[in-house]
This record gives sequence, structure tokens and C-alpha cells, in this order.
Amino acid sequence: MKRAFPWHLIFFLAPAVLIYTLFSAYPLFDTLRLSLFTDSPDGVRQFHGLGNFFTLLGDDNWSGPFWNALWNNTKFFIIHMLVQNPIGLLLAALLSLKDLRGARAYRTLIFLPTLLSVVIIGFIWQLMLSPLWGVTEGFLDFFGLGFLFEAWLGRESSALITLALISVWQFVGIPMMLIYAALLSIPDDLIEAAHVDGASPWRIFWRIRVPLILPTLGLVTILTFVGNFNAFELIYAVKGALAGPNFSTDILGTFFYRTFFGYQSQIGSATMGATVATMMFLVILVGVMLYFFIVQRRLTRYQW
Amino acid sequence: MNGPSNRLSSKALVHFTLLGYTLIALFPIILVIINSFKSRRAIFTDPLALPGPDSFSLAGYAKVLEESNFLLFFGNSLLVTLVPLFLVMLFGAMAAWALSEYRFRGNRLLALFLAMGIMVPIRLGTVSILEIMVGLNLVNTHLALILVYTAQGLPLAILILTEFVGQVPEELKEAARCEGVSEYRLFFQIILPLIRPAVATVAIFTMVPIWNDLWFPLILAPGPSTQTIQLGVQQFIGQYATDWNSVLSALSLAVLPVLVLYAFLSQHLIRGLTSGAVK
Amino acid sequence: MKKMQTTVAGVTLAATLSLGVQAETLTIESWRVDDKDLWEDILIPAFNAEHPNIEVRFNATAPTEYDSSINARLQAGTAGDLITCRPFDQSLSLFNQGYLQPLNGLDALDNYQDFAKRAWSTDDGETTFCLPMASVIHGFFYNKAIFDELDLDIPETRDEFFATLNTIKDDSDYTPLALGTNDQWEANQIVFTNIGANYWKGEEGRLALLSGDAKFTDDEFVDVWKEMASWGDYMGRGYEAQTYGDSQNLFALGRAAIYPTGSWDISYFNNQAIFEFGAFKPPVADSGDTCYISDHTDMGIGINPASKNGDAARTFLDWVASADFADLFTNEVTGFFSLSNHQVEVQDPVAAEMISWRNDCESTIRLNAQVMNRGTPNMEQELWVVSSQVLNGTLSPEDAAEQIQDGFEQWYEPQSK
Repeated sequence: MKRAFPWHLIFFLAPAVLIYTLFSAYPLFDTLRLSLFTDSPDGVRQFHGLGNFFTLLGDDNWSGPFWNALWNNTKFFIIHMLVQNPIGLLLAALLSLKDLRGARAYRTLIFLPTLLSVVIIGFIWQLMLSPLWGVTEGFLDFFGLGFLFEAWLGRESSALITLALISVWQFVGIPMMLIYAALLSIPDDLIEAAHVDGASPWRIFWRIRVPLILPTLGLVTILTFVGNFNAFELIYAVKGALAGPNFSTDILGTFFYRTFFGYQSQIGSATMGATVATMMFLVILVGVMLYFFIVQRRLTRYQW
Repeated sequence: MNGPSNRLSSKALVHFTLLGYTLIALFPIILVIINSFKSRRAIFTDPLALPGPDSFSLAGYAKVLEESNFLLFFGNSLLVTLVPLFLVMLFGAMAAWALSEYRFRGNRLLALFLAMGIMVPIRLGTVSILEIMVGLNLVNTHLALILVYTAQGLPLAILILTEFVGQVPEELKEAARCEGVSEYRLFFQIILPLIRPAVATVAIFTMVPIWNDLWFPLILAPGPSTQTIQLGVQQFIGQYATDWNSVLSALSLAVLPVLVLYAFLSQHLIRGLTSGAVK
Repeated sequence: MKKMQTTVAGVTLAATLSLGVQAETLTIESWRVDDKDLWEDILIPAFNAEHPNIEVRFNATAPTEYDSSINARLQAGTAGDLITCRPFDQSLSLFNQGYLQPLNGLDALDNYQDFAKRAWSTDDGETTFCLPMASVIHGFFYNKAIFDELDLDIPETRDEFFATLNTIKDDSDYTPLALGTNDQWEANQIVFTNIGANYWKGEEGRLALLSGDAKFTDDEFVDVWKEMASWGDYMGRGYEAQTYGDSQNLFALGRAAIYPTGSWDISYFNNQAIFEFGAFKPPVADSGDTCYISDHTDMGIGINPASKNGDAARTFLDWVASADFADLFTNEVTGFFSLSNHQVEVQDPVAAEMISWRNDCESTIRLNAQVMNRGTPNMEQELWVVSSQVLNGTLSPEDAAEQIQDGFEQWYEPQSK
């Protein structure tokens, strides 16, 4: 390369690296650091070693809610994997059929809820499912299924599932679009060749198209994972920061919010908040590493 | 096996499925908009009916428009979404270009450092972001949100754009350099226009989470003059939760601008998404 | 009213320009989002009539976010000049961190009795850091039309109360109790501490918990949860997902007969209900028993030490302590009763009814408001969760008591053996 000092390199890289470092990377590292400190009642910050972690994992008042939130979060993720991504795949597969009329209208409309605010979605569904308003009950009644109706959002057994399904409803457009784009990028002649060989559309889909889009499916999985373990808005909008009933909808995001920011007469703690954030960081890191070392490797081997 | 009638019925099945799902996606939104034009009693007694002469009412809208700052909130949201969007696109493309075009020591390490932001959500740094913003005296300013959202959007943008910049044919760049085009002009006048579809793809992935964010507005800019529409709607609804006319009108008003914006942008965004095709 | 406001503003502006006096701006932080209009249209213009040079802004944050957001903003230095104070521990903690100015020496404080000041004073009673503003009284509202239709009398004893509920349930399509558990706080603040005062004999039971002489597992506390466990039968279908707003709607639309609540809801129903409603106090065990009511010192106002307009803020507090304010506040912000010594004639019939209970019954504050919310686990939060579970029928009264007592013992010296 050139001998002169690479000013252009600085020019191209500096803005992104600076903003990213100052407002994303540094705060993250600082949060990790802060988790090793504690505040005394009169506001003096002092080094506390791993004390906060012992409290979080060893004190029943902290570990109970933490494991509960982690487990709920896992269920939240599993529901997305089982419902959101298969529906996304199905819709994408249908949309990518050749000569489908109205494909553009469909994909535009189905993607629409993704753009609406989670807060709005939360309120809309709360109204829809409200026993007082009775829209859903009336709807079920119409099919003679009125007896199935329950206050789903209010029951410990069903509140989390209901919220996960609302989230699926909103975000299904994202896997759909990603998979759709991947399906479109498969060369036509490949499909044609299979067709000529007499393979059924079903077989072509599973044997040729799906393997080719496996990397995209992997990307969808990891985006879902990171997104879900960061979720907060929907639960906060519908159930508040206490994530009732009896913390059955409490996920790591709401737990972090309560710890850091406080709630009602519980006073927030920056250092314990940082500790919870660090645990979330570790959970996400472990998940992503597992993905890269196990899934991604196999995928690449499979492909080439 | 592929008889015409069979093909016809399977086509019908495809449309039935897609139409069905489209209805599921739209029904709640339509229901809210319909009911926002009805009187309070009609909302309760017959939620599924269209507004008729007896039940038509604009009471909710009158109240919402009079008592809240919807335009201000919407303007705030637009500002803190569009500015970061522009910055992410520009800075992201510049960094992606530098990372894929120039070989320098620490290139891969820097790429890895930047990619980390995809895996680790910026939200986990909230504790110290708030402290930084307090230190810079930026709490309750648009700038605080703009900086955070730009930092949040960059990693994914750089990752996707690096791949696209790498696909620009070598000859093109060599030809330009032979003519003595500077590195800056090469990027801004030749490369940037070439990767436009990819930029559109990145735009949508950057925009959606920023527009929807409730977390940082709640923590960094909850003041009345900097509230985004998410926060504004949330608090407005909290305030009038019992007045369903107003709630439904507020929801509709929060939805409508997005619908209009989407109608304008959807063709560009989706074309970018599908033609650029995330690999 | 709007017109008057602009005139006042115009006069202020003219005065400022001609005299070259810098008008000061005070921002009030509050959780009373419902009262925004009242402040802007009535209270602030009334203040400006006397003090045209001080501009006042009312900034309300949703009640569930108020405490955490005010805490964060005081730390960040972005909070307003005047802080609306929650009673007892929360404001005490703000004061201890240096976020509320001591008010000692403020003449306005002489207008308040000790019981009112106690909620915003240090434990030793030496320093007061917020001016008492208002209290709320808990009880039940009932729909007079429904009571007439079903020929019901106001219940005075618990047996009568349940007989009334049964009649409504069996003889009509109305929902007997407008109450939900989605938002959780009602289960504690307007059910447990509302009906409970009669069980634990008000202050007697509360002070016994503080001295360590009583435990939550004692009968007088467990029995409250036992009564709550039987309420589920009378609440609306799907009450587990019913929000506070839903409950208000249910009652306002005339679809429910009885609404357990606090006096702050009077103004809402005055505007929204299309029927006449009345109030009755929490039922006692036997006719003739002494009755206890939850008469809760709820709201004070203090000064942010970081405020640059300290003098204007003190002027404002002086005005809050005046007879004019007491009258305006009690009668315009219906359902909040001024805590100052000024005699105020309450005009609203329901509010007058509720305040008359002070003459017949013993008053107490919310059970856990003082001291008990200081520790970890946080008792307020725990009480929300267990009490709503008891209403939902998913937790037994005994287990609820056990859980609260257990948490209390973990950090409160007099309770741990």
C-alpha cells in the first residue's frame, strides 16, 4: 500500500469506531466493571469483588427471581422458535412461488405489524383479549367455541404464552422477509433442473431449497435468540414492571429494569443492575458461542 | 399428478393461507381504527360493527388532539430515528469500505470488535450510558438518543455492508484509480451509488428497532419536550386508560403516520431487501 | 378559564418587560396525571393571581413510574424545583440522600398538626422535609340505581356485606364487585389495607407489628386474606386480566354494583358515571363495633435542593399552606382532603360522606407505609403480589401471611427472634 500516512483510513473508520466505542463498547465494559462495585446507603461507591454475584445467585431474594426470569425467557424463546420461525418459513415459501399473484401486496401487509410500536401492539392486544370488551369471546362464540375463552393474560399458566404469541404475531415479518430474500436468490436453473428430473414441488422444497437457505435459517435463529433475550417493551407495556401475575411473565429485561431503575417503593441500584446486565451478557454470549461452534460449523461443512 | 384442476386447487390453497394470515395481521389494527370513530357506548356494546349514523363520534380525536402533543411526539420520533438512520448508513458504509478495501494491521481485530455489538445488546450498557449522558449534560436531549441509536445500529450495518462492498468488481476500482480518482471520490461517487440496494436493506433493520424503542426514551429522555411517540402514547394511555374513546383514537393516531410512511417507503425498502438479498 | 390564564400570562409578560424583572419558572413533579387539567386551569392561575412573577409548570409522570423516574432524575440533576412527596420511607430515603431540602423554619409548617407532618419527618421527628398536602380515605362506592332496583341496604357488618354481594350475584346480571388483579396494586392498597383496618384495629395492629408484638401470621392479619380469598366469586369474569382502568369502566358504565376504592376516584366518577353513586365504609365484624378506616396521608410537596429558584419555591409552599389553597384543593381536586388546620367545607356529597367517617371511626394509615417498606424483600411489592394471588385463588391466606412475615423477619430487628 501507499507509504504516506493513511489519512483516508482514519477518515473512513473514525466516525463509526468513535461513536461505537464511546456509546456502545465502553458502556458495556464499564457495566461489567460496575458489577464489581457496591454503593453504601450514603452514596459512596466501593469495590466489592464478586459480592454482587454471590448475592444474585446465593441470596434467595435475588436468585429466585433471577432463575425465574431466565427460565421464562427461555420459554419465550422456545415459543418463538416453534411458532414464529416455521410460520415465517411457510409464508416465505408460499410467497416465493412462481407467478404468484399479489405477492407484493401480501408481503407488504404481513410485514406491517413489525413496524408498529410494541407499546401500541401491547395495548391493541390487551383490548382484543379483554374479558370486558369481549371481542375475542364474541369471536369464539361465533364458532361455538365461546367456552374456550379465558382471561389468558391474567392467568399464571397462560400469560407468558399469550404474550409470546403476541410477539410472534408482530415480528413474524422479519424471518419471513429474510427467508423470502434467500429463497429468491436461489438460481432458477437449479430448481428447473430438479423439476425436469421429475421431483415433486414438496421434494424440491425440502431437498434443494431448504438446504440452500440453511445459513439464513441460522441467522434467523441467532437474531431471534438475541432479540428474545433482550425483550422488554411488550411485557412492560402489557403487564408493567412487576410482570404479573406472580412474576409469571418476568423475563430478564423486566428483571433488569426493576433492579436498575427500581419500582414503586423498591429503590433501584446501579451496581446490582450492572450485575444483572453482566449475567444477561454471559447468557447471550454462551448462546451465541454455542451457535457458532456447533451449528454454524456443521452448516458450513454441510454446504461445501 | 400435476393435473390442471389439482394445480388450481393448490393455488387456491396458497391464496387461502396467505389471505388468512394477512387478515390475522391486519384485523386488530383495523378493529382499533374502526372503533375509534364510534361513541363510547357503541364501542362496548358492538365492537365488531362499523360506525353507523347513531354510533359515529369523533369525541376521542377531539380530546386527544386538544390535550396531547401528538405532533411534537411524532416529530421527536422522526428526528431520533431518521438522523441515526442517516448516520448509520453513512458511517457504516464508510467503515465497511475501509475494512474490506484496505489491508492494515489490526483489520480483522477491528472487524471483530465492531461485530461484537451485534451479539451484545447495547441495552446492557444502560447503567453507564446514563452516567455518561449525565456527565455530558445530555439527559433529556435528542442528541443523547441519536448518539446511542447510531452506536446501536452500526455493527449490523457494517457487517452486512462489508459483504456488499467486497462484491464490487476489482476492475472498476482499478480503472478509477488509474485515472487518478482520489480514495474519497472513489467511495462517494462510485462505490456508494453501487451499494444502494444493500443500504436500503440495512435501513430497515436499523429503523425498526429504533422506531419501536421504549427503553432509552424512558431512561434518557423522558422530559415532556423530548418524548418520542412510543413514550408519549404509553403515558397518554396511562393517563386516559379509562376513556376508551381517547385510547382508541390515540392508538389510531399513533398508527396512521406509520402506515402512511410505510406506504411510501415499502416499495423501496422491500425492493432493496429482495434484490440485495441477505446471503 | 383558559382565557383567564392567557390574560394572567399576558399581564405577567407585560410586568416582566416593563420592570425588567426576570420571571422565575417553577416546575412541579407529580404522579397525579389525572389532575393535570385541574392544576393548569385552576390551581396555577389562582397562585398567579397573587404572584404574577412566578411561572409554574405541572409535570406529571405515570404513578407506577414516578418513584423510579424521580429518583433517577434527582440523581441526574434534571428533576423539577418542587417534588411531590410520597409518604414515609420513600421520601425519607430521598431526604437521606440529600435530594429534599429540610423545611425547618418555614412558617407554613405551623398550619399542620403533628400527625400530618409525621409522614414527611425524620424518625426522631426533628426535621420535616415536605409540606403535607392531602390525604385519601379508603372505602367502597356503590351504584345507587342498582341498590334501589334490587332493594338493597348499605351493609354495615361483614355478614350484611356478603349477603348483599350474594343478592346481587343471584338476582341480577350485574357484576357484584368491580375489581381486577391485573395491575396488582389495588389488591393491597384498596383491598388489604382498606378492609384490614377493622381486623387489626387500625393503629393498634400497625404499631404492634412495628414493635414486634404482632406477626403477620396472627389471626387479625390472616383473616383479612381469608376474606379476600372469598371475593373471587363476586368479581367479573376474567378479573385476573382486568386492569384498574377496566374496573373503573365497569363501574362507570353501570355494569357493576360495588367498587372498592379510595376517595381519589370521586372526581373521575363525577365526570364519567351516568348514575348517582354513594360511599360506604369497610364493614365491621358485629354491629356496634368500633370502626377503623384507612385515612392515609398520601401526598406532600418538598423542594429540590438543586433548584435555582429556592425563594420562589418557598413562596409557593407558603401558598400551599394557605386557607385558599386548602379550599381550592379539597373542593376542586375532589377526593383529596387537605391536611392543613384550615376549616374547609366539603361540597361534594360523596367526599363529605367519606370525610365524616373521621368523626365516627378511628383513623389509621396504610399498614406498611411506615418503616416496613425499607427492607429487602420490599414489602410493598410483596404485598401486591401475594394479595392479588389470594384474590386469584392461587395462594392460600396462610401461605400469603407466611411469605410476608418471612420477608419482614429477614431484615427487621424487632421481628426476628
